[in-house]
Amino acid sequence: MRLLIVEDDEMLREGLAVGLRLAGFTCDSVATRADADAALETGGFDGMVLDLMLPDGSGLDVLARLRAAGSILPVLLLTARDRSHDRVTGLDAGADDYLGKPFDLPELAARLRAILRRSEGRAAGHMIWNGLDLDPAAMEGTRDGRNLRFSRREFTILRALMERPGTIIGKSTLEERLYGWQEDVESNTVEVHVHNLRTKLGAAFIETVRGAGYRLARPAGADA
Amino acid sequence: MRRAQIKNPISLRTRLFLILLAATSALLLSAVVWINHSTRAEVERVLDARLSEAARMVSSLISDRRVDVAQAAALAQPETFDTADGYSHQLSCQIWSLDGTLVGQSGHAPARPLAQETDGFSQNIVDGVEWRVYSVVNHDLGVRVMVGDSMEVRNRLVNGVIAGLLLPAAVILPLLAGLIWASVGRGLVPLDQMARALGGRPATDLSPLPATPVPREIRPVSIALNDLFRRLSEAREHERNFTAFAAHELKTPLAGLKTQAQIAAMAPDAATRQDALTRLIRGVDRTDRMVRQLLDMASVDSVPQDLNDEVETAALHDILAEVADNLAALARGRNVSIVLDGPDDTPGIHAPQFLVAAALRNLMENAIQASPDGGEVEVSWHQTGVDWCCTVSDRGPGIAAVDRNRVTDRFYRGAVGGLEGSGLGLSIVKTALDRIGGVLTLTPRPGGGETATVTLPHAALRTI
Repeated sequence: MRLLIVEDDEMLREGLAVGLRLAGFTCDSVATRADADAALETGGFDGMVLDLMLPDGSGLDVLARLRAAGSILPVLLLTARDRSHDRVTGLDAGADDYLGKPFDLPELAARLRAILRRSEGRAAGHMIWNGLDLDPAAMEGTRDGRNLRFSRREFTILRALMERPGTIIGKSTLEERLYGWQEDVESNTVEVHVHNLRTKLGAAFIETVRGAGYRLARPAGADA
Repeated sequence: MRRAQIKNPISLRTRLFLILLAATSALLLSAVVWINHSTRAEVERVLDARLSEAARMVSSLISDRRVDVAQAAALAQPETFDTADGYSHQLSCQIWSLDGTLVGQSGHAPARPLAQETDGFSQNIVDGVEWRVYSVVNHDLGVRVMVGDSMEVRNRLVNGVIAGLLLPAAVILPLLAGLIWASVGRGLVPLDQMARALGGRPATDLSPLPATPVPREIRPVSIALNDLFRRLSEAREHERNFTAFAAHELKTPLAGLKTQAQIAAMAPDAATRQDALTRLIRGVDRTDRMVRQLLDMASVDSVPQDLNDEVETAALHDILAEVADNLAALARGRNVSIVLDGPDDTPGIHAPQFLVAAALRNLMENAIQASPDGGEVEVSWHQTGVDWCCTVSDRGPGIAAVDRNRVTDRFYRGAVGGLEGSGLGLSIVKTALDRIGGVLTLTPRPGGGETATVTLPHAALRTI
């Protein structure tokens, strides 16, 4: 899941990027309203963590512009002003959730997972497909009674496929999910991670659609 | 205690009323005095003329022997009439021989001589009555003719005139007082309106007075009040912003610290943990600076009367050297050197020293933080006319043109770059300098960087 972090304070911005990466997100971060607007136009994000007070404007303006453009991108507001009135203003402006500073990193990650999940139309925390029970919060799964652990990148690919089982997801889309701007894309990593996933889940769990991408196989015994 | 001793001043209306009434009364009174004086003189002049005329008439009558001497005196009372107002027996006449025997006299004249042996006018008291007398000597017959007027009658005449003046005045004065009272009230209506507009508003209402036209005399008051209201509401707005900004400025680093601490706690590898801990330490340093700047801001913002106790005099170059010394560690940490350049015979700055130090420290701190690795911050000072200037120059990126007008605004951190600071530094410098009458000028430095110039006015300098 790729997040855009908009926070002007360098230490907090770096902390959010590292911390949320540890929680399984791919993060890009910017410090100003102008950069946030530019990044959002580029697109490719699944969610945004937005600070309210930016040096060149308010986070609410970024939000208003985003919503005016018709985007339903899940947005979590971060701010020092966390009195009821400010929360109401933020939520009414189109934010999906609101967290006052200072916050708990695990709580922030959990809230992000929740708003992202809802944006996908799911309410349950776990994702279940073809005998695999995936827990996004713990980045683990169980299949046939076995505990499975995934690396961050393996998990990112698996999660992207689990979001829309049966739909073909292109390699470039997966790469976009895997890497922030600051990271170099290695040419064959997606293949490497898919290979590792097949080792853990069984060769038939993920299908390769030649020239198009990957998708999750239908459960054995289901109708074709 | 002192307050209790101060009497409530009387109302403006009463005050004006009393002043106008006193002035009017004084005017009336002086008119009465003047009329009294001139009437008395006029009455005297007319009656004296009559006296002398009567005396001469009697004298000429007896000279011509047309009238017997004994009768003549009675003739000198031509206007003897008996009226209720007491002006009867106005004139008395006596004719004395030069050897001192009474030859003749008018009916009501006293038996003793009205005057001594003088010619012309004289004033004498005979039998307890004051007389105005004219004497003329008839040498042909060897007699002295004296015609006299009772002064009491004369006074009654004058008093009658004055009474005729005072009586209407006594009626007019209360009427006039009422008129003055009403007029003053009417004249003070704009003031009343303003007082009502002010009295009726709640303490939190700082809106300007209603924009009705006010007379020239109270326009300064209305302008001053509106100005005060504007400044008060600005100050209140300022404070509200300050609270919001301070919350943001303090909670954001706290959030950063907490996040880094949690990363360190959950880090899967040593490198991530080490990185988080390094950032944590740097974050604490930055937060420390932020807190100090907030405290600086609060102290340079403190009320002026509290500052008087803190005024001291210290030499300019000593202050600069001390500030530079305090920042040596920060400069070393950033591999920046501070170069001081200026004369040793500087005047003293006569001001609260923490203001001077806060201004210079924040300027130097900014310069150090803007400087590139291995850079140099140049601090110099010199005299310009009667003032002294000190300049702090760096080779940093300088202030962007779009930010130039706003860099001294509180919490303004620049739309481009410069995200590290609190946005308080230059605001502290400006506020502190405003307090001591100094001026901050920021100019791009030829060859790159920024030069901050502090001009210290002659008024703040003392020879030491």
